[in-house]
Amino acid sequence: MTTLPTQTDKKLGLVIDLDTCVGCHACVISCKGWNTENYGAPLSDQNAYGADNSGTFLNRVHSFEVQPEAADAAAQLIHFPKSCLHCEDAPCVTVCPTGASYKRVEDGIVLVNESDCIGCGLCAWACPYGARELDQAEGVMKKCTLCVDRIYNENLPEEDRQPACVRTCPAGARHFGDLGDPDSDVSKLVAERGGMDLMPEQGTKPVNKYLPPRPKDAMPEFDVLAPFLEPVAQEPKGFLGWLDKTLEKL
Amino acid sequence: MHPAPSVIFFTVFSGLGFGLLTWLGLGYPSVTGWTAFAFFAIAYAMAVGGLLSSTFHLGRPERAIKAFTQWRSSWLSREAWCAVGALVAMGLYGAGLVFLGERYSLLGIIGAALSMATVFTTSMIYTQLKTIPRWNMPVTPVKFLSLSLAGGALLSGQVTAALVLLIIAGAVQLLTWSMGDKALAASGTDMASATGLGGIGKVRAFEPPHTGTNYLLREFVHEIGRKHSQKLRIISLVLMVALPVILLALPFSHFLALLAVISHVAGVLTARWLFFAEAEHVVGLYYGKR
Amino acid sequence: MNQPVLDLSPKVSDEVRKTTCYMCACRCGINVHMKDGKVAYIEGNKDHPVNQGVLCAKGSAGIMQVNAPSRLRKPLKRVGPRGSGEFEEIEWDEALKIATEWLEPVRRDNPEKLAFFTGRDQSQSFTSFWAQNFGTCNYAAHGGFCSVNMAAAGIYTMGGAFWEFGQPDWDHTKLFMLFGVAEDHDSNPIKMGIGKIKKRGARVIGVNPIRTGYNAVADDWVGITPGTDGLFILSMIHCLMKAGKMDLNYLAQYTNAPVLVINNPGADDHGLLMRDENGKELVIDRATGKLTPFDQPGVKPDLAATYEKDGRTHRPVFHQMADMYLDDQYAPENVADRCGIPADRIRAIAAELARVAFEESFELDHAWTDFRGEKHDKMIGRPVSFHSMRGISAHANGFQTCRALHTLQIILGTVEVPGGFRFKPPYPKPATAHPKPHCKVTADAPLDGPHLGFVHGPADLALKDDGTPARIDKAFTWENPMSSHGLMHMVISNAYAGDPYKIDVLFMYMANMSWNSSMNTRGVIDMLTDTDENGEYVIPKLIYSDAYSSEMVAYSDLVLPDTTYLERHDCISLLDRPICEADAAADAIRWPVIEPDRDVKGFQSMLCELGAMLKLPGFTNEDGSQKYADYGDYIVNHERKPGIGPLAGFRGENGDQAGRGAVNPNQLDRYIENGGFFVEHIPAGANYYKPWNAAYQDWAVGMGLYDKPEPYLFSLYSEPMRKFQLAAEGHGERQPPEHLRERIKEKMSPLPIWYSSEEENKADAFPVTALTQRPMAMYHSWGSQNAWLRQLHGHNPLYLPTKLMRENNLADGDWAKVTSPHGEITVPVLEMAALNENTVWTWNAIGKRKGAWALEENAPEATRGFLLNHLIHELLPPKGDGLRWANSDPITGQAAWFDLKVRIEKTPAPDESKPGFDAIKSPVGKGPKDLKWKVGK
Ligand SMILES: Nc1nc2c(c(=O)[nH]1)N[C@H]1C(S)=C(S)[C@@H](COP(=O)(O)OP(=O)(O)OC[C@H]3O[C@@H](n4cnc5c(=O)[nH]c(N)nc54)[C@H](O)[C@@H]3O)O[C@H]1N2
Ligand SMILES: Nc1nc2c(c(=O)[nH]1)N[C@H]1C(S)=C(S)[C@@H](COP(=O)(O)OP(=O)(O)OC[C@H]3O[C@@H](n4cnc5c(=O)[nH]c(N)nc54)[C@H](O)[C@@H]3O)O[C@H]1N2
Ligand code: SF4
Ligand code: SF4
Ligand code: SF4
Ligand code: SF4
Ligand code: SF4
Ligand SMILES: [Mo]
Repeated sequence: MTTLPTQTDKKLGLVIDLDTCVGCHACVISCKGWNTENYGAPLSDQNAYGADNSGTFLNRVHSFEVQPEAADAAAQLIHFPKSCLHCEDAPCVTVCPTGASYKRVEDGIVLVNESDCIGCGLCAWACPYGARELDQAEGVMKKCTLCVDRIYNENLPEEDRQPACVRTCPAGARHFGDLGDPDSDVSKLVAERGGMDLMPEQGTKPVNKYLPPRPKDAMPEFDVLAPFLEPVAQEPKGFLGWLDKTLEKL
Repeated sequence: MHPAPSVIFFTVFSGLGFGLLTWLGLGYPSVTGWTAFAFFAIAYAMAVGGLLSSTFHLGRPERAIKAFTQWRSSWLSREAWCAVGALVAMGLYGAGLVFLGERYSLLGIIGAALSMATVFTTSMIYTQLKTIPRWNMPVTPVKFLSLSLAGGALLSGQVTAALVLLIIAGAVQLLTWSMGDKALAASGTDMASATGLGGIGKVRAFEPPHTGTNYLLREFVHEIGRKHSQKLRIISLVLMVALPVILLALPFSHFLALLAVISHVAGVLTARWLFFAEAEHVVGLYYGKR
Repeated sequence: MNQPVLDLSPKVSDEVRKTTCYMCACRCGINVHMKDGKVAYIEGNKDHPVNQGVLCAKGSAGIMQVNAPSRLRKPLKRVGPRGSGEFEEIEWDEALKIATEWLEPVRRDNPEKLAFFTGRDQSQSFTSFWAQNFGTCNYAAHGGFCSVNMAAAGIYTMGGAFWEFGQPDWDHTKLFMLFGVAEDHDSNPIKMGIGKIKKRGARVIGVNPIRTGYNAVADDWVGITPGTDGLFILSMIHCLMKAGKMDLNYLAQYTNAPVLVINNPGADDHGLLMRDENGKELVIDRATGKLTPFDQPGVKPDLAATYEKDGRTHRPVFHQMADMYLDDQYAPENVADRCGIPADRIRAIAAELARVAFEESFELDHAWTDFRGEKHDKMIGRPVSFHSMRGISAHANGFQTCRALHTLQIILGTVEVPGGFRFKPPYPKPATAHPKPHCKVTADAPLDGPHLGFVHGPADLALKDDGTPARIDKAFTWENPMSSHGLMHMVISNAYAGDPYKIDVLFMYMANMSWNSSMNTRGVIDMLTDTDENGEYVIPKLIYSDAYSSEMVAYSDLVLPDTTYLERHDCISLLDRPICEADAAADAIRWPVIEPDRDVKGFQSMLCELGAMLKLPGFTNEDGSQKYADYGDYIVNHERKPGIGPLAGFRGENGDQAGRGAVNPNQLDRYIENGGFFVEHIPAGANYYKPWNAAYQDWAVGMGLYDKPEPYLFSLYSEPMRKFQLAAEGHGERQPPEHLRERIKEKMSPLPIWYSSEEENKADAFPVTALTQRPMAMYHSWGSQNAWLRQLHGHNPLYLPTKLMRENNLADGDWAKVTSPHGEITVPVLEMAALNENTVWTWNAIGKRKGAWALEENAPEATRGFLLNHLIHELLPPKGDGLRWANSDPITGQAAWFDLKVRIEKTPAPDESKPGFDAIKSPVGKGPKDLKWKVGK
């Protein structure tokens, strides 16, 4: 199973909008909640109430500061959620000695079959994105399942058949869909906003795409906007001149 | 990368063990009976001990058997097969030598080849990882193989071969360091490509996603100071190559040979610690660490 | 390929119970998925008006909160000294008996000797009802240290505030400007709104010294110098006025801009608004040129006309505004340096506001009739909206700054119009329609009326006959006349000082007053533990209700353990802080979706019991028996006025009435069936221009929000403030003490002004401003007990701008000593480039006391985490006049958290952040080491 399918019927994945992510971690915790209770073993926590506390999470939100070149440009801060990108050429799959890691033929979701996993960690070594975490209590590899147990789940109302993180994101910065279908909403969004791959040089061909932040601090300079602040009256005429002119508009 | 003792032990001792088996398989030294038994015992202790130690690294060692299934694609799986193949072949071959006093040389050659293949597959587990540019180079397997052969020569008492191979292994080691130091930069993976934000300007990691630690940080983010690593490189090279070469160049004595072996093993352990500790996994970039 | 067969449709839960989140005060609707009677998973409720299905990190982590090891388990009686954490578990009978024994004599003799203050609570209409019945005047919630500036300035100016009482018209706005907000109460709706408008390509401008969160996604970031927003705003007002870029029609119709101001220098009515005999403000009608009450049918108020009488010229407010704001002191060039914003940037933003408000204006096809009877066939949209919170509020100039911001909104004509900022019911509601504060205490009897409210002049102050403060927190006094929310942050220090008097019992609820909600934390701890000459505690008795083992628990004599939010009834009421939307009135409940597994009682239910034991009239039947069995019973059966109760939905015997209606015994069930909430939409055509829209006013009366239509004018000019000035000028019987006269004259300007408090805070020696921000994934101190959330924010660095890092030779991970005029802390630092270059900041309330919250004593919250509160004092540094002035807004008493000035110095890394405190003995033990949480099989 460790070989990758030559082709998948769909390429399900996420599109993450770096222009609107406010870094609230909602997706992180809803993912933790869903996946603790659902697919496979619970996501465990160590030293839960003490020092050196840590735990398994399938989705983490980083933040980066970017300093534009221009001398007077302000630094920007970008919140950056990251989970498995369900790569087309997923190196995590091919390195797996047990076949526990696999990419689904139907939809391209990359999963770990926990009952086969020996917890060797190699798949996590092979993943450039840090999308896999070895659960300390269970000893098996954990990763984003793209909520495979939600998106087809007939016990959920139709509208809820989407990943937990997408459903919960308050800013609407996460989108889910078939990136293999050029007509899907997500594909259109990617085309429109110049969606990008992370670490393209790693050759993983991620399915998940990131929408870059829109240009910041790009309000027109005052000279362009000046007509909107044209004084109504020249100073010498004083208050009454101003009043007359101003009220002419009524 | 986290320099996990289990993995360091595994790679070092299985490398030495299979190196020794390789030489034994080729008939160097050509021993039989109890002498052969002693050599084989040492080789098996190292190879099998190394393999066993690798299982300490597993989250679910009781399922290790499953690792044999994916030989078509996984180097780790291939390693498992090669190792078993080598151990079986060399076991039969060794039994012939020890109990029957017979040398089935074809079997020995096959066993030797499988032993080297095992070392090669081990090295490929690391070499294949694009995520760790320092390892992702053709010279990585050369290093593992040369070291294994040199160590095997040393253990099997092949003084001349050992002298030559040690020097080669040392040279390869130097080469991996100098290439490795440039590998991350050369890989094209950096904060800009990791985040896709390079087009806006210079990217710097700000708040990490969690103040606590996690598996990724423990496993992949191990920062070691440059000064520290230079020192350790010298120590490892001295112990691994220079000292054994000097000791071997001196008139032969078992004691000096033993010293040479100990020094070499200590050197390889140090080098292997560095192999992991210095290796930069690209995921560190997301945490602002290299 | 042979892939494993997956169960793609696993059963999600046995049952979904819909209730309201309380991991913070946003009050989102949640679906609690149950398996085997246990909470398995929590998600947002898609039908809920507040969150429409989304849920924040805290909300999703609720499962870790209701299972937290820090939960209190039984009533506690203190056995060790205060602060030790040594308690004895007692039965409820005993706990209530102790409380009754303490409270009964107080009520009989001096009800004001009970100070009852509640913190982050959502049942203020209930708790204040209890306090009124008890008869003490000393009641308030936490608004005074939170954001009273925002609430009061909004209500006094426009009859409604930002906070969670209004929202931008997310569907239409094209330019959204956000001042000083990191998270706010309406946090999910703000995120949804920002997401929505960014999708449409609307522009977001973030004004904030720190560029994180909302400000990080803002298209434009204005990294303002803290405390100078007022000046920046007044400068934009200057630019707009100068260019005539105002909605003059709007100003004339809906605001007091055309109202005449009495010009009578030296007299006691100078500067008051001209009114007719019915008290109606007077304007000149443009059609007739005559003096006319503003609300007459057909009146077209004239912004320009003056009125001559007795040889004096009375000018409208609009003139006064022009006089004031056209002045060059507000020219961008003259404020740029102070604000840290280049003059051209100020102009560009003002121009952009003007461009969008007037060039991109649009119309909605909704006919409506205004309060003057005039019919409009369209609604004019001005798609510029604003929102603001504590970044403006928590400064000593916050009230006026907030007024300035409302003035800016109003001159752009963008309040209650399509695309602008809109109120949520029960707002709009003018300040005059709110109660006034009441403080008349009678032994053994209820108070004369509600404690809190809006003063309209010196006559309404809460002063005793001898002129001394009636309330322990000195709210509604000359020191802070318009302190509409009380001053919880002054209670402990005043009670300790016996100023204005001593109290006997301090009763608090849901407020971590010995830690993160106090200024001067160390000092407060000392006040709580100090004893008098007889060895008695200076504050004699302290009752506290918390649900968790917080720092405050350790300082209490009697601890009444509350339930968690999934274990009790609650009521998110129109009488309080409801969940309304600009288009709808809505309220909600919580109900016990799980039963407590501990010996705890819902606080409000407990108050029903205690109230009956104390024989409080509102809580006792005529036969002396307990009136409300529990809070659920109260929610259903209590009526504030006939037909109006805590919940507006499903009223009447059949449950088919909204707003007004008889008690419905099945009301709670109906709420539960409906998903835990109730929504009543405002009819189309009534949902904009609400303060003046006859259809809205009638609808609001029908809903019981008003008793009669209450149309009003926006108060650009604040007459109540002028009245306080008049008193300070020597008019009237109630006179301020001498030392406050000048301040009142200056600060109570009826038109918004800006002033700095840098000097008082010794900015010359402490040049750097230190701020806190709310982390989105943590709620004050509550989050740290949550095993999931504390992995995200387990300790907090101090973020320094690049410049300060370089100047002080600091690198990431170094430690620094941070000194304010009041104290010193030693903390780890990290660099941040997207930060105002004279500002440092940290996340709020991450630092914890060792031993609290059932955390291990070496938890990073206690060893590396820290509070800025140690650096902030409730009083300003002495300025040599022999007086100690409060570190608060002189108008409202709002705690000025963000006026904190510090200096930074590199220091060798200590073992732990400083100041260090001894560990508290945990009254609940410690949590388990590892967690593997799964409820289902
Ligand atoms: N430096 C600095 N300090 C600040 C601020 C700042 O910005 N900077 N902000 C200030 C502001 S605006 C505020 S509002 C305060 C907030 O400060 P607090 O009002 O003290 O808020 P919390 O930390 O949330 O503490 C409330 C207490 O309620 C308890 N609690 C939680 N749930 C329940 C429950 O269900 N029942 C009961 N009975 N108790 C419960 C918690 O355990 C906790 O002890 O902090 C203020 N302090
Ligand atoms: N997740 C979460 N949500 C919460 C809370 C929580 O603890 N956690 N607390 C709730 C409570 S009680 C409250 S009061 C609200 C408060 O909600 P916010 O008002 O968002 O409160 P703060 O996080 O204190 O943010 C204040 C912001 O003002 C900025 N600021 C400070 N000084 C100035 C200034 O002079 N000018 C400008 N323009 N900006 C300035 C700060 O940088 C910061 O971004 O949040 C509520 N919501
Ligand atoms: S992101 Fe990592 S774990 Fe996911 S498919 Fe790609 S390589 Fe594998
Ligand atoms: S950890 Fe599990 S899934 Fe990953 S490579 Fe090893 S066996 Fe495969
Ligand atoms: S898709 Fe599901 S598993 Fe993946 S990050 Fe989102 S919530 Fe987690
Ligand atoms: S929930 Fe949405 S906005 Fe919040 S961190 Fe995740 S992606 Fe960003
Ligand atoms: S914002 Fe979050 S914590 Fe607050 S009520 Fe909503 S979901 Fe709960
Ligand atoms: Mo607050």
